[in-house]
Amino acid sequence: MLGKLSWDAIPYDQPIPMAASSVVALVIIGVLGWVTVKGYVPYLWKEWITSVDHKRIGVMYCFLALVMLLRGFSDAIMMRSQQALAFRSPGYLPPEHYDQIFSAHGTLMIFFVAMPFVIGLMNFAVPLQLGARDVAFPTLNSVGFWLTATGALLVNVSLVVGEFARTGWLPYPPLSELQYSPGVGVDYYLWALEISGVGTLISGVNLVTTVLKIHAPGMTYMRMPMFCWTTLAANLLIVAAFPILTATLAMLLLDRYLGFHFFTNEAGGNMMMFMNLIWAWGHPEVYILILPAFGVFSEVVSTFARKPLFGYRSMVMATMVICLLSFTVWLHHFFTMGAGADVNAIFGIMSMIIAVPTGVKVFNWLFTLYGGRIEFSTPLLWSLGFMVTFVVGGMTGVLLAVPPADFVLHNSLFLVAHFHNVIIGGVLFGAFAGYNYWFPKAFGFRLHEGLGKAAFWCWLVGFYVAFMPLYVLGLMGMTRRMQHYDVPAWHPWLLVAAFGAAIITVAIGLQVAQLVVSIRRREELRDLTGDPWNGRSLEWATPSPPPAFNYAVLPTIEGEEAYWDIKQRAFERLQLRDEPEYREIEMPKNSPTGFVCAFFASFMGFALIWHIWWLVGVAAFGAFATFVVFAWRDEDEYIIPADEVARIDRANRASRRAVLEQMRTAAR
Amino acid sequence: MSGAAATDPHRLGRSSGHRHAASEHAAGGLHAKRIITGYGFWIFLLSDIIMFSGFFAAYAVLSGNTADGPSGKDLFDLRNVAIETACLLFSSFTCGIGGIGAHTRRGLWFYGAMTVTFLFGAAFLALEIHEFADLVARGAGPTRSAFLSAFFTLVGCHGLHVTAGLLWLLTMMAQVFAKGYRADILRRILCFSLFWHALDIIWVALFTVVYLMGAGQ
Repeated sequence: MLGKLSWDAIPYDQPIPMAASSVVALVIIGVLGWVTVKGYVPYLWKEWITSVDHKRIGVMYCFLALVMLLRGFSDAIMMRSQQALAFRSPGYLPPEHYDQIFSAHGTLMIFFVAMPFVIGLMNFAVPLQLGARDVAFPTLNSVGFWLTATGALLVNVSLVVGEFARTGWLPYPPLSELQYSPGVGVDYYLWALEISGVGTLISGVNLVTTVLKIHAPGMTYMRMPMFCWTTLAANLLIVAAFPILTATLAMLLLDRYLGFHFFTNEAGGNMMMFMNLIWAWGHPEVYILILPAFGVFSEVVSTFARKPLFGYRSMVMATMVICLLSFTVWLHHFFTMGAGADVNAIFGIMSMIIAVPTGVKVFNWLFTLYGGRIEFSTPLLWSLGFMVTFVVGGMTGVLLAVPPADFVLHNSLFLVAHFHNVIIGGVLFGAFAGYNYWFPKAFGFRLHEGLGKAAFWCWLVGFYVAFMPLYVLGLMGMTRRMQHYDVPAWHPWLLVAAFGAAIITVAIGLQVAQLVVSIRRREELRDLTGDPWNGRSLEWATPSPPPAFNYAVLPTIEGEEAYWDIKQRAFERLQLRDEPEYREIEMPKNSPTGFVCAFFASFMGFALIWHIWWLVGVAAFGAFATFVVFAWRDEDEYIIPADEVARIDRANRASRRAVLEQMRTAAR
Repeated sequence: MSGAAATDPHRLGRSSGHRHAASEHAAGGLHAKRIITGYGFWIFLLSDIIMFSGFFAAYAVLSGNTADGPSGKDLFDLRNVAIETACLLFSSFTCGIGGIGAHTRRGLWFYGAMTVTFLFGAAFLALEIHEFADLVARGAGPTRSAFLSAFFTLVGCHGLHVTAGLLWLLTMMAQVFAKGYRADILRRILCFSLFWHALDIIWVALFTVVYLMGAGQ
C-alpha cells in the first residue's frame, strides 16, 4: 500500500535532523496558524497563490530563494564547524549525515536559491523594463513557479522522511547507481530536480518569448535595457540546456528503477557519459546564473554613476558571445577523464577564451563608473564588491582551465574556493544588489540603507575570511568533502574558514534585521514618486508598487534610455506630457492551475520516490485533469475599466508633478 | 509606403499592421496572440528536440556496447519499421487537413481527419508496442545491454510523446465538440499540429540513425 515507506523512514535515532525538522515544523505550523488566525488566507489565496501577475510571481520566486538560502546556509555552517572540529576526531556529524549535508547544500544553493532568485528578478523587472503589461504566458508562469516550489519541498521533506543523497550535488555514477546507493536519497534528488526542471524550462520558454515578442512601441532590440539582454541570453540557455539535464537524470532514473545500463559498471554502461552529459548542462547552467547578475550590475552601475552604460553594444555582443561559448567548455570539469592532450588543450583554450567577453564587461562597468557622479548606495556597494571578488574568482578559474594545473588541483578545496568565489561573489552579490535595487519598486518602500551596508561589509569580509583559506588548503592538497582529517597544517586554516562562516552568519542576521526594520519603518522609507534612485529604464516610470497592468498607456520609446529621456524632457519643460486618453485594459484572470498542478506533482514525486504506484497514477491523473479544467474555462481575461485606469495613473502623475513643482519653485 | 510609416512609425507591423490591436491588449491583440503562442510553442519544441538529442547522443555512444548480446542487425525488422513510418507520416498529412478543417470551421473535415490521425497514431503505437514485446520475449529487453537500454529509451521516449499526443488530440476533439471553434481552442490546435509534425521530424532522425544505420551494420 505504501511502497517502501514505513515508520523506519523517520530518523528517530539521529538528534540533529530530528531537532532541525521539529524547529522547521514548529515555524511552519506557527506561520500557518498566524496566517489563519489573522484571516490572511483568502488574501494570500486571491492575491498571491493564484496570481498570474509576473510581479507577484517574481516576488514569490525571490521569497522562496531567501527562505532556501537560510536552509542551505545552515548546512554550510554545519560543514564548516564539522571540519573545524574534525581534526584527529570524528567531529559531531557522522559520515552518512555529513555526506547528505554537503549534497543538500549544493543542491539547494544552486537549484533552489540561485535559480529562483535570478528567475524571480527577471520575472519581476523584465516586463516592466520592456514596457509590457504582462509576460507571454502568465498562467504557465505560475505553473513554473509552483513546480519549482515542489522541488524545494521534496528536498526538504527528505530531511524528515527518509534521507537525502550522499553523492554530492551532481550524483556521479556508479556511486549513484542502485548498487551503491540503495536508499531513497538519490531518488529524492532526481525527482525533485526533474519536477523543478520542468518548472525552470517553462519559465525559460516564457521569458524568451516575452523578451523577443512583447515590447512597448519603439522598444527595438538595440534599445532594450542590458538586463533584458542578459535575461534573453540566460533563458535561451535554459531552453537549450535544461532538456539535457532532464534527459540525463531520466537515464539515471531508468538505471535505478528499471535496471537499465546507461551508467552502470556492467553490461556495457558508460559512466563517463554521465559526466559529459551532466556538464553539457552544468556549464551553461553557471552562465544561466551569472548572466542575469551581470544584467543587474549593468543597471545598478549606470543608475548610481548617473551615466549611460558604457559600451552598450559591446555589452550586448559580450552577452551573446558568452551565451554561445558556454556550450563549448564543458569538458574542463573533468580534464582528468583522460580524453588525451589534444582534447584537453582545446577545452582549456576555449575556457580561457570565454573569460574574454567577461573581461569586456568588467571594463565596461569600470568605464561607466569613470567620471560618474557616484552615489555609494547599497546596490552599488554590492556591485563594487562583485567586481573585485569576481575578478579574483575568474582568474583562479582561468588557472584551473590549464589542464596540467587542473590535474593537481582537481577535486581539491582550491576548486571549492574557486566556484564559491564566482557564485557568491557573482550570482549572490548580484541577487542582493537586485533585491535592494528593485525592492522599493515591488513594495513601495526602500530597504534600510544603514543595515544594508552593514550586511554588505560583513558578507564581503566574511566571504574572504571563509574562502581564501580554502585556496591555501587546496594548494596544500586537501581534497573536498572530507568528514575528518589528521594533517596538523590544515587545522588552523579550517578554523579561520569557520570564523569566516561566523561573520557571514552575522551578515545574514543583519539582512533579516534590515527586512524587519524596513517593514516596521516603511512609512519613513516610503517611495512616493516611483523613482527612488533617479533611474534610467522604464520600470521607474511606474508607481511603486506598479498596478496590475503596469502601464496605463503603453509608453512610446525613442531611445536607449527610455525613462531617462522622458524625464529629461519633463525637466526641460517643467511639465509632464499631456494626459493621455485612458482606455479599459484586459488582463489575464488569476488561476489556481499552477498551485493545484504542483500539489499533484508533489504527491507524484513523493509516491515515485517511495514506490507507491497507485498514488503515482492518481496524482498523474489529477495533474492532467487540472489542465483540462483550465482549458475548459470560458473567461480568461477580466477588464479594468477606463475610470480605474485613469484614477491610478492620475495618482502617479500627481506624485511626479509634485517633483516638477518643487523644481519650478527652486528655479524661481 | 508613406501611409504605412505614418500609422506604424516604429515598424512593428511585421505581424499585421494592426498597431492598435498589438499595443492595447495585455499580450497583444487577438492576431498577435496567435503568433505569440505559436512562437512560444516553437521554443518549447526546440527544447524538446534538444532533450531527444541527449538520448540520441547516449544511443550513439552506447550502440556498440551490446555486452555480447544481440545487435541492431540481429533485431531490427525494417518492414515493420517501414509500416510504422508510413502510419506516422500519413497521420501528419491528415492532421494538416484537420487543422484546415478547424480553421474553416467544417466539422466533418475536422472530426473526420482528426479521427484518421488518431487511428494512424494508435496503429503506430500498436506496432511499436508489438515490436518491444517481441524483443523482450526474445530476451532482448532493455536490461540486457547498454545498447538495448539506449534503444528502448530513445524509441520509447518518442512513443511516449506519441501517446501524449493522442491523449491531447482526444482532449482537443472533445473541447471543440463542447466549446466550438473558439480562438483559444484554435491556437491549441495550431500547437498540437506543430507538436505532431515535430514528432515526425524526430522519427525521421530516429528511423535513419537507429533502424537504417543499425540494420545495415
